Amino acid sequence: MGAPDLTKDEFGERAWKGALLFESNFGRTMSANISQTQMQAGIQTLPAEWRDFFALTKPRVMTLVIFTAICGLLAAPGTIHPVLGFTAVLAIAMGAGGSAVLNQWWEAVIDAGMKRTANRPLPGGRIHRDDARDFGMFLSGVSLLLMGVAIGWLAAALLLTAIIYYAVVYTMWLKPRTPQNIVIGGGAGAFPPLIGWVAVTGEVTAMPLLLFAIIFMWTPPHFWALALFVKTDYAKVGIPMLPVVAGERTTRNHIWVYTLLLAPFTIAPWVIGGTSWVYGTTALALSLLFIALALPVARRDAVMGAGDPMAEEIRLFKFSVVYLFVLFAALVADRILENAGLIGPGLFAGGLL
Amino acid sequence: MTPDEEAEFKRRQRSRNLVVAGTLLFFVILFYAITIARLGSQ
Repeated sequence: MGAPDLTKDEFGERAWKGALLFESNFGRTMSANISQTQMQAGIQTLPAEWRDFFALTKPRVMTLVIFTAICGLLAAPGTIHPVLGFTAVLAIAMGAGGSAVLNQWWEAVIDAGMKRTANRPLPGGRIHRDDARDFGMFLSGVSLLLMGVAIGWLAAALLLTAIIYYAVVYTMWLKPRTPQNIVIGGGAGAFPPLIGWVAVTGEVTAMPLLLFAIIFMWTPPHFWALALFVKTDYAKVGIPMLPVVAGERTTRNHIWVYTLLLAPFTIAPWVIGGTSWVYGTTALALSLLFIALALPVARRDAVMGAGDPMAEEIRLFKFSVVYLFVLFAALVADRILENAGLIGPGLFAGGLL
Repeated sequence: MTPDEEAEFKRRQRSRNLVVAGTLLFFVILFYAITIARLGSQ
């Protein structure tokens, strides 16, 4: 990925025009695309497969959502009945699925223009776009009702905020308009542990907000490390991704800054006394490793053309995934050990020291 | 619609119906369990 072909302003203008064109032509273009594809495939009279509806919910993304929601649920002080805990995670997963469906309904034309996404159920012509919209709205609505009735209306309100944040604020509004879209998108992924925690405690306190902040700050270096070594065709469809709009140098600087900003948020749960040294030392070690791996990525200036193995960037990306899983697992382990009376809260309190 | 298309139509319709029925049954059981869990906690 070399220097950008377009200046930031030129790209921004193109993205704006793309978005406006997209909005005004959305219905007509999609209907034309789908009917053409369906005519070619000869399946215009066939109902969509249930597997295609399931694929619309982005099941792979859902695994991370479910994992962090369960961690938020298990790490929260207090207890929740297993059936209600399961219901809370189910409602969060359904809300995430519903907003993912609405995301694909809105971005169907964009998806059709990119190789990675061209075969999704909507651009592939396997589901009618109105059905996808209705399915997304239905899933979101049921998830909110389920959360409100079974768990509580505060958790349901947070889930509603998460759905609107992802489907409207991120997908419809800011993603096509700013190269900081990944930072904003990170907020959507940060809701599950917050909602999981609130499902148990029934109140928003510093700890669940810190969990939100950790995922929020983690997303940019995680995604931009990937964006450095995976070539995508976002530019072709008018989505202003940072490496394309601002160039590789700026992206590397951003990775470095967000990695440094992430560390204090990661260690904060220990510092404020919300966890013991088990989580604290794990968080400290993980943060130092993250910084150590981000440094060579930030310092690299030149890329050796298409043959560049991008080893540092790939290593940072892979580590960022392990980082989040280990961090949240440590958070849960901390709570389990504390409940068992093996350790105490605070910086160094507890029987194991 | 050719006989092959008709067979495919029915297969898809049947599999969707089964998924909807299974989902409904799951929610019936889930709401029963939620009710018991909430009554037990009061």
